Amino acid sequence: MNEMISNINEQHYHLLRRAGFGVQAKQVAHLADYTPRALYEKIGTASSNSFRPLHVVNREALERTTKQAKLTNNRKMINQFHQDHIRRLTIDWLDEMANSEAPLREKLALFWHGHFACRVNNSLHQEILLNTIRQHALGSFKVLLQAVSKTAAMLAFLNNQQNKKTKPNENFAREVMELFTMGIGHYTEQDIKEAARAFTGWSYNAQGAFLFRQRVHDDGSKTVLGHRGTFTGDDVLNILIEQRATAYYISKKLYQYLVNDKINQEHVQWLANRFYDSEYHIQQLLHDIFTSNWFYDQEHIGALIKSPVELTTGIRRILPMEIQNEATQILLQRLLGQWLFNPPNVAGWPGGKAWIDSSSLMLRLRLPQLIRDNEQITLRPKSNDDLDMGLTAKGKRNRYQIMAHVDWSSWLQIFADIPADQLLTQIGKALLPTMPEPKQLQLVAKSAHRSQAGSAVESYTLAIMGLPEYQMC
Amino acid sequence: MPKILQASEILGGLTKSNHKVLVVLQWSGGNDGLNTIIPTQNDIYYKTRPTIALKPQDTLRLQDDVGLNPHLPFLKTLYDEGNLAILNNVGYENPNRSHFRSMDIWQSASKSNQIWQTGWIGRFLDKNTSIAQQNLALEVDDTLSLALKGQTEKALASLDLKQLYKNTQQSYLKAINQIHHQHHEKPVDYLYQTMASTLQQVDYLYKNSHIIQQHTSYPSTTLGKSLKAISSLILSDVETKIYYVSVGSFDTHNNQNKRQELLFKQINDALQSFVSDLKANDRFQDVMIFTFSEFGRRVAQNASNGTDHGTANNMFFISSGLHQQGLLNDMPDLSKLIEGDLIYQVDFKSVYATLLDRWLGTDHRPILKATYPLLSFI
Repeated sequence: MNEMISNINEQHYHLLRRAGFGVQAKQVAHLADYTPRALYEKIGTASSNSFRPLHVVNREALERTTKQAKLTNNRKMINQFHQDHIRRLTIDWLDEMANSEAPLREKLALFWHGHFACRVNNSLHQEILLNTIRQHALGSFKVLLQAVSKTAAMLAFLNNQQNKKTKPNENFAREVMELFTMGIGHYTEQDIKEAARAFTGWSYNAQGAFLFRQRVHDDGSKTVLGHRGTFTGDDVLNILIEQRATAYYISKKLYQYLVNDKINQEHVQWLANRFYDSEYHIQQLLHDIFTSNWFYDQEHIGALIKSPVELTTGIRRILPMEIQNEATQILLQRLLGQWLFNPPNVAGWPGGKAWIDSSSLMLRLRLPQLIRDNEQITLRPKSNDDLDMGLTAKGKRNRYQIMAHVDWSSWLQIFADIPADQLLTQIGKALLPTMPEPKQLQLVAKSAHRSQAGSAVESYTLAIMGLPEYQMC
Repeated sequence: MPKILQASEILGGLTKSNHKVLVVLQWSGGNDGLNTIIPTQNDIYYKTRPTIALKPQDTLRLQDDVGLNPHLPFLKTLYDEGNLAILNNVGYENPNRSHFRSMDIWQSASKSNQIWQTGWIGRFLDKNTSIAQQNLALEVDDTLSLALKGQTEKALASLDLKQLYKNTQQSYLKAINQIHHQHHEKPVDYLYQTMASTLQQVDYLYKNSHIIQQHTSYPSTTLGKSLKAISSLILSDVETKIYYVSVGSFDTHNNQNKRQELLFKQINDALQSFVSDLKANDRFQDVMIFTFSEFGRRVAQNASNGTDHGTANNMFFISSGLHQQGLLNDMPDLSKLIEGDLIYQVDFKSVYATLLDRWLGTDHRPILKATYPLLSFI
């Protein structure tokens, strides 16, 4: 076992952190059998074959509750239904990320979840949007864009219900250009006005399916980005896909998500050209990134700050756990600043250094100890008036615990034969993209010894997970 | 003379009015301004609010045609003393009625169609933080609001300094941090820097927070405790210029008057202790408290004895250092509405600009990324 670990190099771990949420405990024993490139092919193939939709909303139950809420004029009842189901959807998705053999799909779905940011308290709409994003996460960006643009969630969130021939609403057209495709600076206000007319009539029915309302559609002639015609919404999306700016915008954003916040202009341009030529094949773009030699350049190792979801999912992949009070995970998301299905605004989570402030960092560093000690969290997230509707008074500080049963067996087995004096270094190598200074490691060892519970591997692992270096990806 | 003034005169930085402190009191959820400052002679007000309108005799009279909500008696005292200013019709172009979006607009100080990822106080920190001044803002809460996040600097958030201090002492973070050598080219250094400044700030603020013996008693509400903590720091002359605290929720879709009464009582009592404390220590003239909400509410009430999301709203300013007192402008014109909502007349960014330029003595233009006309109440 000792030899096996030393044959795994940092490239394996780097790849697994970026093309997923980090190594799984049970995976470690087989890593050395693959070159990093072969490992990527394996991950890519597994992820491309794996789509399985998540279902939490029972449509009949929703219909029943909606009817009853209307009859009794009880807005709270239907809000509660949606909140409960979005919470369930979040937890199921987190489980998928933590346990999936195809983490690349979920990693990309998490990216698109921020890219196509949407905040509506309708669980059916959110479920449809999430599955749309997960289904097309690795496929064609063109198909993904078309599908997302026709979801009830997005049409509702960006006010396209109000976009009518007689009274156009530009919100949807603006965000499609500014946030979904080209980015700011590649279109004029006039382009937005004209494109908005093309999207008039895009709507959805009670089941959350796309519905084109011919009556309110403006079928007159429009000029968008120099093209002229009696465009529909689909035509406008096609025009946006034809723009090289769109390929560049998406490539750059994915480079920042998967490689480095600081972009290398030459590499991004190369990716964008090939992405455009491949007709927006996302998996092709990922292949280009993960099989490039520069992906393994030292400057990229440990260069990204893990998002809260990446952090907690990464811990769960190392330490499989049964979480008894699953909703605590939502509390953690709110405290750490990445509450899924509740992006801060239409632009999604800014990411990078924006994840880190004094409060979020202190909680991140305490997190591993919370898992072991069942220590209580007494922190309280900001209130959410959009969901609470003024029904809960801010004031009480509830106590929360992470009650989890951790299965240490796979992780302990890996280090079973490692001599005590090498243990800390070996665990560090498996968990950290960059090693702290030797003196710091000694301190880690000392503090781990002080907390007596469990074996040395357990103490060391949790202590290392509490280091700033573990926050990096 | 406050310690901070001497220090910064030597080191530069914020100069003009250096002993001034700003306390932001955020009323989350959208407070109903019309039942806060009541137009007691306005027929439209009484017609559109048959069950929730406050009768003239039930309000605290400010002027012949203006009354104050009866559950804010201390504000009436401040009004009579000349230590209160009220600004009506504050809002912004193309108002948004979603709580989180409108709060984002207020906290970032962007225009309605702009998405900014930093807050106005955060950008104040970016501009003014230096080695000599690292503790310029504090949010009294467990998590940090967008308002206090800058591009490079972020304020400390702490609801309970003592607890946070204890946490940082127990942990080995301090030791880890001391050993770490800053390279400044490694991305992880940003985390070490944040850790170092957090430890430094908690240490500095906590140790200063109990230098002065406070004699004033405060209510035991969260807001009472928060204002007590803020006062202990102001009285100790720490270098913090801006304190941020929020209270709510004011989202009064049903049974509005009961909810508003509950919250106003909390606010009234906490402010009374806070101001008495400042007065007793001769600091009231250096401290400006202002209140805001992400939006006001609709003029007409709804069917559940409440009000729904609206637009323009009023703001309170509390200090003995005000240049103008009382009602600073006209009451809202209820006969001129857009789809049942008030029309804003003062851009809230002008209020921020005034506070930054005239109270904190720092140029508002780079912070608000535009030039706004200043108001004359300071």
